[in-house]
Amino acid sequence: MLAFTLRRVLQAIGVMLAVGVIAFAMFRFAGDPVSQIVSIDTSAAQRAEIRRSLGLDDPVLVQFGRYFINALQFKFGVSYQFRLPVSSLLAERLPATLELAICATVFAMVAGILMGVYSALRRDTVLAKLFQAVSLIGISLPTFLIGILLIYLFAVTLGWLPSFGRGEVVKLGWWTTGLLTVSGLKALIMPAITLGLFQMTLIMRLVRAEMLEVLRTDYIRFARARGLTTRAIHFGHALKNTLVPVITVAGLQFGSVIAFSIITETVFQWPGMGLLFVQAVQNVDIPIMAAYLLMVSLIFVTINLVVDILYTVVDPRLRSTISRAA
Amino acid sequence: MSDAVVPHRSEDHPQAPAGWFGRALDSDILYSFRRSRLTMVAAVITLLFFLLAIFASGLAVQNPFDPAQLQLINSRIAPLWTADGQSPFLLGTDEQGRDVLSAILYGLRISLAVGVAGVVFAGALGIALGLVAGYFGGVVDSVIMRIADVQLTFPAILIALLVNGVAKSLLGNRLDEMSTFGVLIIAIGLSFWVQYARTVRGSVMVEKNKDYVAAAQLIGLPAPKIMLRHVLPNTMGPILVIATINLALAIITEATLSFLGAGMPDTMPSLGTLIRIGNNYLFAGEWWIVAFPGIALAGLILSINLLGDWLRDALNPRLR
Amino acid sequence: MTQPVLSVRNLEVEFVTRRATLRAINGVSFDIAKGEVLGVVGESGAGKSVTGLAVIGLIDPPGRISGGEIELSGTRIDHLPPEEIRRIRGKRIGMIFQDPLTSLNPLYRIGDQIIETIRTHTNLSESAARRRAIDLLAEVGIPAPEKRIDGYPHEFSGGMRQRVVIALAICAEPELIIADEPTTALDVSVQAQIITLIKRLGRDHGTAVMLVTHDMGVIAETCDRVAVMYSGRIAEIGPVQEVVRNPLHPYARGLMGAIPTLAGEDKRLVQIPGSMPRLSAIPAGCPFNPRCAFVFDRCRVERPEPIRQGTQSVACHLFEPAKETAA
Repeated sequence: MLAFTLRRVLQAIGVMLAVGVIAFAMFRFAGDPVSQIVSIDTSAAQRAEIRRSLGLDDPVLVQFGRYFINALQFKFGVSYQFRLPVSSLLAERLPATLELAICATVFAMVAGILMGVYSALRRDTVLAKLFQAVSLIGISLPTFLIGILLIYLFAVTLGWLPSFGRGEVVKLGWWTTGLLTVSGLKALIMPAITLGLFQMTLIMRLVRAEMLEVLRTDYIRFARARGLTTRAIHFGHALKNTLVPVITVAGLQFGSVIAFSIITETVFQWPGMGLLFVQAVQNVDIPIMAAYLLMVSLIFVTINLVVDILYTVVDPRLRSTISRAA
Repeated sequence: MSDAVVPHRSEDHPQAPAGWFGRALDSDILYSFRRSRLTMVAAVITLLFFLLAIFASGLAVQNPFDPAQLQLINSRIAPLWTADGQSPFLLGTDEQGRDVLSAILYGLRISLAVGVAGVVFAGALGIALGLVAGYFGGVVDSVIMRIADVQLTFPAILIALLVNGVAKSLLGNRLDEMSTFGVLIIAIGLSFWVQYARTVRGSVMVEKNKDYVAAAQLIGLPAPKIMLRHVLPNTMGPILVIATINLALAIITEATLSFLGAGMPDTMPSLGTLIRIGNNYLFAGEWWIVAFPGIALAGLILSINLLGDWLRDALNPRLR
Repeated sequence: MTQPVLSVRNLEVEFVTRRATLRAINGVSFDIAKGEVLGVVGESGAGKSVTGLAVIGLIDPPGRISGGEIELSGTRIDHLPPEEIRRIRGKRIGMIFQDPLTSLNPLYRIGDQIIETIRTHTNLSESAARRRAIDLLAEVGIPAPEKRIDGYPHEFSGGMRQRVVIALAICAEPELIIADEPTTALDVSVQAQIITLIKRLGRDHGTAVMLVTHDMGVIAETCDRVAVMYSGRIAEIGPVQEVVRNPLHPYARGLMGAIPTLAGEDKRLVQIPGSMPRLSAIPAGCPFNPRCAFVFDRCRVERPEPIRQGTQSVACHLFEPAKETAA
């Protein structure tokens, strides 16, 4: 178990190093940091002076080392557009993105599991077929179109919900939350649904397929032969066995949700990291792009690691094979 | 999950035409196609979209990419069937006096061109890397597959956005419409190659150890020839499935990039660009500027997805 | 004669498919008395397992019981509402499946699975059910049951898992146990232990046992009576000594000839030519006629009904009383 965890941690560090190299390459070679700082009438001597002071004349490896050490301390340089440290920009935007991503994931899991279980158990009902159709449409409609559709319906036509922003937020230390005010909650509804819809269809399809698969297994047949109630079989045995892979996928998807929030945040002008990133791409703000890449990768790698380890806790079979292999 | 299995058809088929294409047409596949009405509708719609895109210049009432043909006097006209409609603008016009239907036809052309070219590029890259990884094995294999593993955990849209941002930074002002087009294709290709590489690698590993490959090596056929002539045709089924599903994904990715302002510019809009432009007029009640490009995009993706789903089931009944 | 625990009369089971309706069981009748072990033997696809599933009410659509009666200690149990047949399953009829590796839910401790079953059928408290579960595990021969009760299925060997499955089948003291190929998936060395266990449990508790198998050796060792099935019908049924020593039906003769014995080393094993027809292609008349060495015209037209021959009963035109007097 320990060896397994250790190996996974080492792998994760390897991936982060690789991403770090890419981020550094972007930071160093894709944009000329000097030309972003200076104005047109800066003399060549001044430019050289700035180059030297930024350490751009040092060997590449030294520069990478410096970038790496800085990154470990969450120092990602200064944004070209805002003239502010990238880390403080990201920190300011992090709560908005995390709150949105968590709410979207919770929505996707709850709705996806309920719909998936229903359509597996009542396979031939009209509602189950409707869910299937919805899931195909959910996978086919691009996220931004869903967002626009919701805005048109609930903000423009009905005027029930705000179409942009986060509403009123409350400060809790450095964290800002929109979960404590009515306007904040109202502002969260549409973005969370938009962001979660794709994951919801994914989870629904997965739950349905897994559940059907599990219902065909011998141990379910044996459970029926033991005379257990249908409820105990469906919601005790079948659901528990279904949820193991589903939780893994949903967990792994959390990273994707954060990355996909780029689109949702743009549609709803949600002041999170994704919106910051899109603006950075539009304005060629390389330090922000590199830092965002590192941040998202860190989140991805951490989630993968946690899910891998959690999985072994949930599934007793895996636990013993691993301890045997180790 | 996605590692589709090569469908091995029974070998005792007397009149099976040679080549994977003939085999595909010969068989149950065409039969199951005729059985599924939904798939036929989807195929017809997909075909229709392609035809509309190809003959856009003949069908459109104006060339929306040519500023000389746009007149501000015609701006923001509602669709023809509403009270404020004006001929010949069937679906209305946008704020620059651009006919929405014409813009959709030309935008469709851009979207499909980027999608198809992106898929071809991704396929070529993935197949090449998969063949190399599978055939040579060892260090080459593990380096390529490690990269694939890492990349697969990141969503395509993030990679495409990064490629786009880097290209913008490197090219700066030299980035005109055509080079944006190229950048989009590269961005999509780099985001979607992994699945092809994995599939091809898997089947190369299987085929590599079979007797006929050893025999071909013995009579001195060069390795690239063996792979292209003997191994590759076996993977064509799954590759076709991946390509179809990826076409839908590539079109979504392009549309998303353009919607986010990181794709095709306003002067040469794709469907995604049109939606971004139209989105600004939604609050003013001018819904048609965003609605019709949106419907076109959704219809296109839905029909391609339906085709892809059917193709996957038809080629591999076990996955159903 | 006392009332049999299980009485099956003219059972028919159909599977409705898009192309045709396939009859998997066609007019099967047999009884099992208290404490008796009935072996059901035949090739794969003969309908042995389907018969077992029909008795316990686990034929799933597109299959259905299309005719006949099943009585458990005098009460009809076919066509009961789902909730009522569910109460009988596990309580009055226990079932053991072929593969102990897949019969247990891998995510639940074996104790929890036993306690769950006990509490479904009795109103014992959690702790009483746990004590009972430990007793059951001890009874089926699991060492240190108070420790192993908290183990997960993957921590048990195949034979031990089958013992757990048996414990689950008997936990509510059923009148009837249906064992569907209980030893097929096990090592040969373990098979005998499991068979002995089933036999002992049947004797100790007076439970009737229906033992489905394709292994004639197991039948000869364990059963009181045996039914030979072929293409969804019972070809021959009778006391195991008679049927093994003196099989009447040509198919049963072939089957007994296929058992290797130590005594008859010089004799070649008899082989039955051909294979059993698929359900979609059962020939008219006697289903065995294309493979039968004694076939005559009537076999190809008329379906033979069971005919009493002493303690045995055989479905074959060769034993028609009229025919015998004529011969």
